[in-house]
Parts: sequence; structure tokens; C-alpha cells
Amino acid sequence: MSRAFSLPDARGHFGPYGGRFVPETLMHPLQELTAAYLAAREDPDFHRELHELLRTYVGRPTPLFFARRLTEHLGGAKIYLKREDLCHTGAHKINNALGQALLAKRMGKTRVIAETGAGQHGVATATACALLGLQCVIYMGTEDMRRQALNVFRMQLLGAEVRGVDAGSRTLKEAISEALRDWVTYVETTYYLLGSVLGPHPYPMIVRDFQSLIGRETREQILECAGRLPDVLIACVGGGSNALGLFFDFLAEPQVRMIGVEAGGCGHTLGEHAARFAGGRPGVLHGTYTYVLQDEDGQIALTHSVAAGLDYAAVGPEHAYWRDRGRIEYVSVSDQEALEAFHLLARTEGILPALESAHALAYVCRLAPTMRRDQILIVNLSGRGDKDVQTVADRFHPEGMPSP
Amino acid sequence: MSRLRERLQALRRTGRKGFIPYLMAGDPDLETTARLIRALEAAGADVLELGVPFSDPIADGPILQRAAERALRRGTRLRDCLDIVADVRRHSEIPIVLFSYLNPLLQFGLERLAREMAVVGIDGVLTTDLVPEEAEEFRQVMRAQGIETIFLVAPTSTDERIAEIARSASGFIYVVSRTGVTGTREQLSETMRPTVERVRRHTDLPIAVGFGISRPEHVREIWHYADAAVVGSALVQEIERHAAEPDLVKRVARFARWLKSGATEIPN
Repeated sequence: MSRAFSLPDARGHFGPYGGRFVPETLMHPLQELTAAYLAAREDPDFHRELHELLRTYVGRPTPLFFARRLTEHLGGAKIYLKREDLCHTGAHKINNALGQALLAKRMGKTRVIAETGAGQHGVATATACALLGLQCVIYMGTEDMRRQALNVFRMQLLGAEVRGVDAGSRTLKEAISEALRDWVTYVETTYYLLGSVLGPHPYPMIVRDFQSLIGRETREQILECAGRLPDVLIACVGGGSNALGLFFDFLAEPQVRMIGVEAGGCGHTLGEHAARFAGGRPGVLHGTYTYVLQDEDGQIALTHSVAAGLDYAAVGPEHAYWRDRGRIEYVSVSDQEALEAFHLLARTEGILPALESAHALAYVCRLAPTMRRDQILIVNLSGRGDKDVQTVADRFHPEGMPSP
Repeated sequence: MSRLRERLQALRRTGRKGFIPYLMAGDPDLETTARLIRALEAAGADVLELGVPFSDPIADGPILQRAAERALRRGTRLRDCLDIVADVRRHSEIPIVLFSYLNPLLQFGLERLAREMAVVGIDGVLTTDLVPEEAEEFRQVMRAQGIETIFLVAPTSTDERIAEIARSASGFIYVVSRTGVTGTREQLSETMRPTVERVRRHTDLPIAVGFGISRPEHVREIWHYADAAVVGSALVQEIERHAAEPDLVKRVARFARWLKSGATEIPN
């Protein structure tokens, strides 16, 4: 599968997916960005600077932690957690935000804009901009601002301006639309720092590349502690950057099974979930051709998930490609299962996971007991759950559990 | 030859310039859209752009975003846009261009769409988020049914891109007057004229200019450099303001006449 490394093609296609479906105004800026990124990618100085920041500022490499009590509780495969929640700012998003902020600086841009759903990418971008002295504007749906209020305040403390977007479902989809409108207007001075493997080429490639160190570290770490590759990798998939970040380095290893977990929300009807591979079909949203939740007229559907970072109608185009090829499997879990997994990890391992990552854990709860005890399962714990404490508290009344 | 080409060539032959209003289909309702098309034709529209509402219009400012929301709330579908044109064609030969985002067209099916456009009498299609690089199949399918494929040029387009767009386009070239989204503006952008001049060096196709065109003096200035002016948001704002009034159609037609006239005050 050396093909993995030749993707996307020069125009940003992953098989039939990806590409650039944008207003003409953005085409030349996207071409400039592609050229600047490809030059940076070949530049040892760029890598040295980024690597040094990842090591001394982000705290990489993040540990690979053997979850002994969770493993015993589920009674099957050995479960390891890739601890991206221990990154500075509390999620994997900082890996990409720093990489792109350095790129923005290299391109001479003075203003950075970004969208955010759960607020983790917004916080990471605000952090990178503070560190590098760049002006920062974050677009966020007002519904997400309500449920992730802590992250809104964090961004403001970091010197970013948070602009609420009060349209549609007031979540990530509308935040991306508004960020694109900003970019198309102030394109000369502004760098759009997209947070997932979404949008027009070259973003799906750039974000994947900056996140793929998650998988490279994981490979080294599991070889060191277990002496062999894992049997299964599991990660949640909103846009899909933490999942591709973990999976990418293993795509050429046919014995490693990979599973992406989408948000099953609170039901199977359009509008009640964000399971694009279960309920969507190929279409164009926000500059890329991929699986999209939509009605029969091609109007983009509203979505729901308890996890703001998974609450989006489209999935990264590279995921669509690997799904069609059968290389990566996709499943979904419900809000309720994710909340239960949140509590389980808290009580067995003393870790509050982000509700996004709790989706991956929820599927671990289903799969691990069906696996042999000598098998290895690695889950990307992509973010920490501090931001979700209020959401969980509001829904914390399952029987048999003590009140907080 | 398409109605569109014929009309634009006739304008050029007689030394006149074009006025191209934009309407969002289904705003405020389909029946009114059909009446507005005919009223705008009577008010001097040379070509009509008919907008297909889309849930996530990334290239549009607040006025056209709200218009799309209103149209979608009323259940307007691409099928309805085709039906309106079929209805208008019983009385009118005004060239009509479908103005849309790509996804609703893709989901309808491009071949089916091209056939139905030809049947109802739509002359061209402009897709906001489709650039020539991604449009090869789209162009072939549309051209096979005689539908003109119009593409945008922006102030950020390089000469290389303009050359490629000119090769891909038919009917006319739509120059975006400024970077940014659709909307009303007090002043024309300074980038408009140099962009038009750069396009002119690459093509003999007619050039229309749009985005931010809100006043008669804007229309007149564009007419100095280009073949036609497109007015969208300013007209849709007029519809939004007076949607509930019984003389809506008359008011919009009067507004269009004012835009085309070059007068400084809206006539009573």
C-alpha cells in the first residue's frame, strides 16, 4: 500500500474524493498555500523549528499508556491509550495549529482565522498565535459557545477574538462557512488555519501530515513495550484528523485493523446524528467532495452529537477514500454510550476523556471483550474532558451512579 | 445559437450594454419569482440570473444568505426553479442563467439536469464553487445539451488562471468586482477595472461584472469597461424590504429601472 504515500494527487484528489470546490477568489491563494507548504515540507529548518516546539512546548512525545484496570474490566484485548490529552492545551489539535501557524508566519501573513466546534482547535490556534505573535480571530457557532463556554473564555484569555455565528444549527458547519467568508474577503493578509482533514486541497493533506506524528510515535512506543504492532487501532472521527493522525503510519500494515468511530447521536433519523458513512452519500461541502449528510435535494443536513467536535455533516475526503477501499472500517456509537464510556474511564483509570474521544472508548467497550487477551488494541485519547464537565454534569443521573 | 449568446451579441452589435438582475428562486415565493422575472424583463433586464437556494452559501453575504433561508423554508427545490422557467417561457424569451452552488446540481444528477434545462429553456449555468479544474465532466454534460457554462474571474485570479477560465467558459465571463462575498456596497472596488482589462486581453467573450453593484452610478461605471452589470443583493434587499406589500413586483421593477437609468434618485 505504498499508494498511501502518493495521495493526494497534484490536484488534491483521493480517488474520486477531495479536490477544490471553492469560489474562484480562493483558487490562487490555495495554490500559493500548496506551494508554500510543499517548500516548507522540504525545508529542514522548518522541521527543526516545529520539532523543537513540539518537544519543549507541547510536551511530545505523548505517552502510550497501558490501561490495566480498563483492560481487566472489559476482560479482553490489552488496551493502550495514546495520550494526546496530555498535549499542551489538552488535545491533539495543537500539533496542526503550531505547524500551520509557523507556515502562516513563513508566508508573511499577519492575521490568522480559524473555525472551531468543541473549541479545542480554537484554543490551539489562539495558543499558537499568542506564541508566534499573530493576530487571531476564531469563528464558533453560538450553540457550541454555550456548551463549551470554558473554551471560549480560554481563547479570549489567549488574546483571540471569538466571533459567534448565529445561523443554521449554530455549530461547526456554520463556523466553517463564516471563516471561509472572512478568508475570501481578507485573503491578502489572512491565513485560514483549518483544524481538520477537511476543506479544499491542500488542507486535508497539510493537517494529516502535521498529525501523522501521532502514529509514528505510537509505532515506536508499542514496538518498545510490546515488541510488535497492534491488532486494532481505534479513533473517533469528526473531520477525522486525530484518526488519520494515528492511522496514517499503519496504512501499509495489512495486519493492523483500523476503526473510525462516528457520532451516532440520539437516533438514526437525519438530523439526530453525525454518522456520515451510515446516513450520508457523496457530495460537496466546504470545498471538498466527500460523504455528506444531506437531504435528497442536496441541502446539507443539520447534525447532532453530544460531542461538539464530532457534530459536523461531512467527513474528511481521505476517510471516504479508505472507507471505499475497505482499509478503514467505520462504526458509530450513541451519545449515551459515549457518556457511559466517559464515566468508565474516569473511574477505572482516573482520566476524564473529551466526549469526542469517549466515542472511541465506547467502541472499545464493545470490541475489546470479543478479542483475545494477548491481542493489542490502541485507542487515540485525542483530548481531555475538562471542557465537557458541565455537559456531563447536566446529564449525570444514570441509576446506580453517585451524584457528583 | 443560444438565446444568451444572441442577446449579448446583439447588444455588442448595437453598441449597448447589458443589465443582468439576479433573483433567488422562491423568495418570497415561487409565484412571485415568476412575476418578478417578467416585470424585470419589462424593466429592461437583458439576461436574468436565477438563484438556486442552498443551505450553506459560503460565497454569499447576509442578504443572499437570508434570501436562501426564506426560499428553503418555503420548500423551494431545484425542480421548482426549472418549473418557473418553463412557466416564464410561455411568454418570454429573456435569456436565463441558473446560478447555483454545486451540491444541489450534483444530487439532481448532471445529465438529467442538463436535459431538463434544455427542455424548459435555461440557457446557461454558473456554479459558484466550481472552477474549471474540477469542471471537465460538468462542462461536457452541459455543452452536449447546448447549455453555456459561465465561470467566475476574481481579482486574485492570475493571468494564467484567467487564460484557463477563458478557454473553459462560454456565454460570458463573470468578473467578481472585489474579493469577498456578495452584498451591497457604497463604492465600487478599485480592483474592478484592472481585472476586467486583464480578462479582456484573454478573450472576446462578453464580460459581466458583479458583486457589490448597488447603485446606478456603479452600473454606469461598469458599462465603461465591461459589457454588462449584474445586480443581486441590492435587488434582493428591495424584495426583502417590501415582501409583504401588495405592490412588491412594481416596486422591484421600478428599482431595477432606476439602477439601469443612471439617475441619482429613485423615481416615484
